Amino acid sequence: MSSVLSVNDLTVRFATPDGEVKAVNNVSLDVDAGECLGVVGESGSGKSQLFMAVMGLLASNGKVGGSAKYEGTELFGLNMKDLNKIRGSKMSMIFQDPMTSLTPHMKIGDQMTEVLQIHKGMGHRAASARSAELLDLMRIPEAKKRLSQYPHEFSGGMRQRVMIAMALLCDPKLLIADEPTTALDVTVQAQILDLFANLKKETGTAIVMITHDLGVVAGLCDRVNVMYAGRFVETGDVREIFYNPQHPYTRGLLGSMPRLDEIKSEHLSAIPGQPPNLQDLPPGCSFQARCKYRFEPCVEDPHPGLESIGKDRMKACHLRGFSKDGEALQ
Amino acid sequence: MTKLAPLKSQSNVKLGDTILEVDNLKMYFPIRQGVLGAAKPLKAVDRVSFNLGAGETLAIVGESGSGKSTIGRAVLQLLKPTDGKVVWMGNDIAGLKPRAMRKHRADLQIVFQDPLASLNPRMTVGDIIAEPLTSLYPKMKRTEVRERVSQMMAKVGLLPQMINRYPHEFSGGQNQRIGIARAMVLEPRLIVADEPVSALDVSIQAQIVNLLERLQEEFEMSMLFISHDLSVVRHISHRIMVLYLGNVMEIADRIELFEKPRHPYTQALISAAPIPDPDKESSKKRIILEGDIPSPLSPPSGCVFRTRCPRAQSKCTKEIPELAGRGARTDRKVACHFPD
Repeated sequence: MSSVLSVNDLTVRFATPDGEVKAVNNVSLDVDAGECLGVVGESGSGKSQLFMAVMGLLASNGKVGGSAKYEGTELFGLNMKDLNKIRGSKMSMIFQDPMTSLTPHMKIGDQMTEVLQIHKGMGHRAASARSAELLDLMRIPEAKKRLSQYPHEFSGGMRQRVMIAMALLCDPKLLIADEPTTALDVTVQAQILDLFANLKKETGTAIVMITHDLGVVAGLCDRVNVMYAGRFVETGDVREIFYNPQHPYTRGLLGSMPRLDEIKSEHLSAIPGQPPNLQDLPPGCSFQARCKYRFEPCVEDPHPGLESIGKDRMKACHLRGFSKDGEALQ
Repeated sequence: MTKLAPLKSQSNVKLGDTILEVDNLKMYFPIRQGVLGAAKPLKAVDRVSFNLGAGETLAIVGESGSGKSTIGRAVLQLLKPTDGKVVWMGNDIAGLKPRAMRKHRADLQIVFQDPLASLNPRMTVGDIIAEPLTSLYPKMKRTEVRERVSQMMAKVGLLPQMINRYPHEFSGGQNQRIGIARAMVLEPRLIVADEPVSALDVSIQAQIVNLLERLQEEFEMSMLFISHDLSVVRHISHRIMVLYLGNVMEIADRIELFEKPRHPYTQALISAAPIPDPDKESSKKRIILEGDIPSPLSPPSGCVFRTRCPRAQSKCTKEIPELAGRGARTDRKVACHFPD
């Protein structure tokens, strides 16, 4: 299958008064047509900045290196006019906070038709009809009437539906969703995840789901990339990541989640400490300070690279892996 | 380390004795609509009753706007209840004046959701944690205050040599530890923990959950654990109370609530929470509720949940369901005309 998005050796650096922040370090990934890729990490892991860089939305002190190709077209260094032909139409992004992503003083209908008029050169009437059609698809009741309302007249869940509808207006091949359900209540989150699942089934849009919540990933994604301190530390098929995790960080994340489906009477196995400062990464593996399996190479050797450990399966760790009983193999 | 005497005289409360009784609690906020409109009550909490035992954790779960934080604040008298009783160790404290409340403050403490916002940025960590002590025990010697502060810091996992630092020098998880130390330094009998882990990353969240469990065991305190996250709640609490639009839908022991939820809202809530397991997640039946929570200014007639309830019938529009147990059971209650 051909890749919709192909990222190679991408780095993101931010110049700050306190020194350079290494937000993303040598990250590569491919998103195939119609698949859903989960990118999982905690705050500060670089998961959002990676895709902000791909979309050309980095803050002004950010610098990007490496390459990102949309269907073979290099995005970095592309002039604004050509970039805007791709983003927002063939490749679109939705964000965590639906309120701050919508313009408060513009009617929803105007915000939506604008996209179609600019990208597709549609007339107002056709654009309105298409907008209403998408709101309908997002199960917003009385879609036509809603077009003439302002963002504050919508609830949080409704606003996120509007955002998704907007992102889908031009039938993108790739939808990047950055924590789309984090700000929502559980029952509303369930509604939105249901929409994503249908979207995947019905339109064949490739989805990148950026999230900190492994539960969200489990139900929706085909593949998962786990990110820590600006690097991918483990990648693979979703079932492999959950049932046969090979990186200590992935194992730690899964162990620290309280579960709804089983009662553990003992304590949660928290990961001690906190993520490293990205301005001052330790030499060696960036997870070493929190890793209970640390041995000499983790401190002495450079950061382990991603190596293949099976079909579409990679990990960046000096350990040989874990046995089925969870024993670490040096 | 010097051994410090307990702050309070030993009480004769045994583990499991009821220490808090909330009876028919109502918390209404008058909302004026328009310039001339008459004030209309926003019923944030309506007719809520529950008990809490010594050493017990009762979780209050619900979505935003369900009134869960308001209950916590009304129990602590940070908000004056509109009506109802809050009986703390035999005394009704509902509506007590701040001065009269002071003698109970050492027993009733709170931990907030946003760790950084709830700490004064201009005070050192040591001063923040010492403030409850110096305010309630003005005669306590400074050396003793300092000793108590550094011992509590060690207990919550902060290095005592950080005592002179400021909140902005700490991460979110560490700031939450500071907030917990401030609440714990008085050795309270009840902690209201208002979404204490929802602002934290998963790996840090587990650290704080473990810390709260450890402290509860050591100090034998009770906890009202307010949260929207069912997985955390299932892990930490003994009993769970489910709220919707200011009303109690169901209250039960944690095992019974998750294994046999009786209220349709509880069932939907449980089915909506994602499980980090691809096979279970793709095979489970998810009940998708339609629409959003209605405005609390104009709640539905009858049962407040009926507008989103898959089981709603005409009786639900007319009669408010009572929170009741089945048969002789008083520990497990549900407010529904057609429960499972």
